[in-house]
Amino acid sequence: MFKKILIANRGEIACRVMDTARKLGVATVAVYSDADANSRHVKLADEAVHIGPPQPAESYLLGDRIIQVALETGAQGIHPGYGFLSENPDFVDAVEQAGLTFIGPSADAIRKMGLKDAAKKLMVEAGVPVVPGYHGEDQDPALLASEAEKMGYPVLIKAVAGGGGKGMRRVDDPKDFADALASAQGEAQTAFGNADVLVEKYILSPRHIEVQVFGDGTHAVHLFERDCSLQRRHQKVIEEAPAPGMTEEVREAMGMAGVRAAEAIGYKGAGTVEFIVDGANGLRTDGFWFMEMNTRLQVEHPVTEEITGVDLVEWQLRVASGEGLPKQQDELSINGHAFEARLYAEDVPKGFLPATGTLTHLKFPEGARADTGVRAGDTISPFYDPMIAKLTVHAATRSAALRMMSTALAHTEVAGSVTNLAFLGALTRHDGFAVGDVDTGLIDRDLDALIDEPGPTMSDIGAAALCALDLLKPKGNGFTLWGGLNHFVTLTHADESVDVVVTSRGADHHIITVGEEQIEATRIHGQWKMGGDRGPRVAKAGNVVTVFAQSGLEFHVVDPLDQDAGAGAGAGVIEAPMPGLVKAVFAEAGQEVKQGDRLAILEAMKMEHSLEAARDGVVAEVLCAAGDQVEAGAPLVRLEEEDE
Amino acid sequence: MKLNSQAMPGSEAYKANRDGHLEALDVAAAAAEKAMQGGGERSRDRHLSRGKMLPRDRVSNLLDPGSPFLEIGATAAHGMYDDAAPCAGVIAGIGQVHGQEVMIVCNDATVKGGTYYPMTVKKHLRAQEIAEECNLPCIYLVDSGGANLPNQDEVFPDRDHFGRIFYNQARMSAKGIPQIAVVMGSCTAGGAYVPAMSDVTIIVKEQGTIFLAGPPLVKAATGEVVSAEDLGGGDVHTRLSGVADYLAEDDAHALALARRAVESLNREKPFTVKWQEPEEPLYDAEELLGVVPADLKTPYDIREVIARIVDGSRFDEFKPRFGETIVCGFAHLMGCPIGIIANNGVIFSEAAQKAAHFVELCSQRKIPLVFLQNITGFMVGRKYENEGIARHGAKMVTAVATTSVPKVTMVVGGSYGAGNYGMAGRAYQPRFMWTWPNSRISVMGGEQAAGVLATVKRDGIERKGGEWSAEEEAAFKQPTIDMFEEQSHPLYASARLWDDGVIDPRKSREVLYLSLLAALNAPIEDTKFGVFRM
Repeated sequence: MFKKILIANRGEIACRVMDTARKLGVATVAVYSDADANSRHVKLADEAVHIGPPQPAESYLLGDRIIQVALETGAQGIHPGYGFLSENPDFVDAVEQAGLTFIGPSADAIRKMGLKDAAKKLMVEAGVPVVPGYHGEDQDPALLASEAEKMGYPVLIKAVAGGGGKGMRRVDDPKDFADALASAQGEAQTAFGNADVLVEKYILSPRHIEVQVFGDGTHAVHLFERDCSLQRRHQKVIEEAPAPGMTEEVREAMGMAGVRAAEAIGYKGAGTVEFIVDGANGLRTDGFWFMEMNTRLQVEHPVTEEITGVDLVEWQLRVASGEGLPKQQDELSINGHAFEARLYAEDVPKGFLPATGTLTHLKFPEGARADTGVRAGDTISPFYDPMIAKLTVHAATRSAALRMMSTALAHTEVAGSVTNLAFLGALTRHDGFAVGDVDTGLIDRDLDALIDEPGPTMSDIGAAALCALDLLKPKGNGFTLWGGLNHFVTLTHADESVDVVVTSRGADHHIITVGEEQIEATRIHGQWKMGGDRGPRVAKAGNVVTVFAQSGLEFHVVDPLDQDAGAGAGAGVIEAPMPGLVKAVFAEAGQEVKQGDRLAILEAMKMEHSLEAARDGVVAEVLCAAGDQVEAGAPLVRLEEEDE
Repeated sequence: MKLNSQAMPGSEAYKANRDGHLEALDVAAAAAEKAMQGGGERSRDRHLSRGKMLPRDRVSNLLDPGSPFLEIGATAAHGMYDDAAPCAGVIAGIGQVHGQEVMIVCNDATVKGGTYYPMTVKKHLRAQEIAEECNLPCIYLVDSGGANLPNQDEVFPDRDHFGRIFYNQARMSAKGIPQIAVVMGSCTAGGAYVPAMSDVTIIVKEQGTIFLAGPPLVKAATGEVVSAEDLGGGDVHTRLSGVADYLAEDDAHALALARRAVESLNREKPFTVKWQEPEEPLYDAEELLGVVPADLKTPYDIREVIARIVDGSRFDEFKPRFGETIVCGFAHLMGCPIGIIANNGVIFSEAAQKAAHFVELCSQRKIPLVFLQNITGFMVGRKYENEGIARHGAKMVTAVATTSVPKVTMVVGGSYGAGNYGMAGRAYQPRFMWTWPNSRISVMGGEQAAGVLATVKRDGIERKGGEWSAEEEAAFKQPTIDMFEEQSHPLYASARLWDDGVIDPRKSREVLYLSLLAALNAPIEDTKFGVFRM
């Protein structure tokens, strides 16, 4: 076993690797960019070395620099994590040339899988099924039709130069092939100036199922499958293991296909063979096709770990340090069901826009595994993937695990950034997903319903208001001789402002009013109830209150002091502040000006004074000219009266 | 030593007491409720339609949310001026702003435009008096048309009239007690001096105005036609005149600016007493309603009240075997050390001497005094006069009058005659004086007063050889009895600010605590007693 390794990565995966390394007594070296100087992975490592500015190209992708750090710190191996340098064969070569061990497959294996077409050919030779299709240059219609016949209908005709659905035709019946081909070619010619098409088998209800494999360079085992069909724009959202509806027969077939793929390239370490699977009429042994192989540890490896009880990072370290495969195929089995959800800082309603922010509050639920690279107070920067955590749950059955995931998401508290929590929660409650009826098109089909956030309820607003006013855990008891006191607070949520009145009837009882709506808040044994139901959890950081409902509702507390009543008041006329010489006039009658625009320059007392518009407006008249000597208080520029 | 309550919560007497107290409390609560409504729905709606906050909301939004608010004179002017001035048209009380206790005086413009009735003046001055004695920063939320003209003779000229407000402001400012004004409406004529005399003044844009004479008076005097805003609006005063310092966008902004002004006062409470960890009493305050007789004529042990007010119901009674009709002793209330002087019957010479002794002890140790008043007076009769009860009573009165420790008086029963004086009645300037709804206050009982008058009358008639039947005597006495009944009622007293308010007996501990907390903003000076008649 290694004595010390370097982890050439950041975030949750760096932390994940360090956890296992520590368990095995292996010292760790972290590398970090400027943006990560105080990040969790740096704190967790035994040593940490700065490697450059935040941009990955100048830090985490600097293979030579990282190898140099490994040599300087005495690390024996380099774990690449995923992403960054993990599938860069040149880096692997460089690591080995430096006399270090790359904890992963050989450069050769990576190269073989890196070229997609070559990899497919290799797989065909190894007896691994690939998606049938015709990619030839011969565009003879009869040949194309016969190829289509061979692969079986339905088929998809696609323009070789295509994109955006142009020159694409789905054909369900052979008799329609000729017409569809002609129109696709015509469209392709017009759109791209290239009429060439390819033909592929069309998979009606595609699922993404992948097989976790592990090789020692010669032999490989598989650790069963993961279903990653819940995707949005090829980004996996929720993964699970095993795949719903999987039969022993198909699992065996897919697993062995995975093993053949790995062995075909002499694979060493953890890898994943991805298949596209026809889920239209149940899984079949002839209904899965090789897509690609990921020659690294996958993001979603925890679900496999949960159902197999295997620590895949431990296996990686053991195999890389020269040990054999820790278990043989017949020693591996599936226990229960696991889900993983990827918690991201992203604005779901705004098209899943990556978000940034400082996580002022972060709490993961009990009973779920949280793989994370951030802590409360850390910042999600724009430089890297905005993942906050991977939440993984494991239970005896799929439905129990799904319920656990739903609960875990509901109890996850993130403040300081928008997240996809509500979207993940909605997915766990999706009827089709609940019965295992998944395919890669599910999210797009039901997107509107899945991202529909109904907005804050009275209970949410009430909790936010009490938190904003520090009434959840008040220092005083709100004593009055008679009657209650009204406290006003204005909150903004999603650019809408809400005026809230909290009528306190003591420390444990408030009436919250918004317009015509009211809700009663009462505290019993330290627990707040809103309208009789348990109130949502909240956290406050500065003037931001986050209610942990839906994906975390962020309210900004309006501070009345954030306004300047003097701004613009009585500022219709710009006057000379003192006697002086008008050096220059920039304003012209009829000109629109903004507050702060320079209108004229007055030279007085050896100083040049810039005279600025005190408010937005339109110049009504200019009352001076350059060169004028003016008295204090002389009107220089007049703005048009404002309409109230 | 822990007090042992003899109360029997299930008993008939207990229930009857409770019913009696609740009935009296309902009357007080109804009066308070009415006062809180201010000038009625129509004027409230008009006020709101101008974008102003209601006066009570102005007060609450100035305070730290969740902090206590101790209102002063909540039912002032109740039943006076044909009920035209609920709450005397001004809200006053002690609240916390950034953790600092402050005195708030807030005009209620929904009550006759916030103009000053005689009781308005008295209440404003009372609030200032408390602020000065307790060293509390003052925040004036001004929205007033100035003196109430029909009552000008009772609000303008005398020492304790309108002018005294500005005198107080100047004197307090000189003592380093911050004066902050928030102009949220009119400040006309004399009222203009409230912001002008303040250390810091905030004015609400296009809402607050400050001028010595309003546009109508200006037109009458000089013929100049000018709008209120141009004459003395927020823009004018913050940009041109300098009468105000900060311009606020609206009420909420103005209150936030006032809070910020308090935040930058840089004040710290003086060290006064040695606080300890607070402890709840062993007995529920709710039981006060049952253990204290609703009928003032029924005697009871005042320790039943003490047991429900002080920390852990622990009471270190001083001289328990001597002068037993006054109960003296040390205790803690919400952690604050206090000396309690309470009545257990009529005051005899020994009791008066004991009380004087105890006041000396507390003064020496600088322990605040709490008076629980339930007193019919000093004992009368030849024996007592001859032994010099007036001399002994004088000792007690001297001690109470000249001690420098803060005194807080709570009238839990009767408050009659010289008993009221010895037990730190209003004239003896306790920092605060509170009354229970069942209490009564008058120079003597109505029956006794009517009896005195009847005796004089009968003597006169009989000297002239006339006859006076029992019926005639009863008819003669009735108006006096009725008058005393009306005038001794706590709401009658509170209306006239003979005290600081009628309270729910169950809130006594809290009220005493907040009173002490406010009082302890001022250092406790050394006491120099007057001559004790020995």
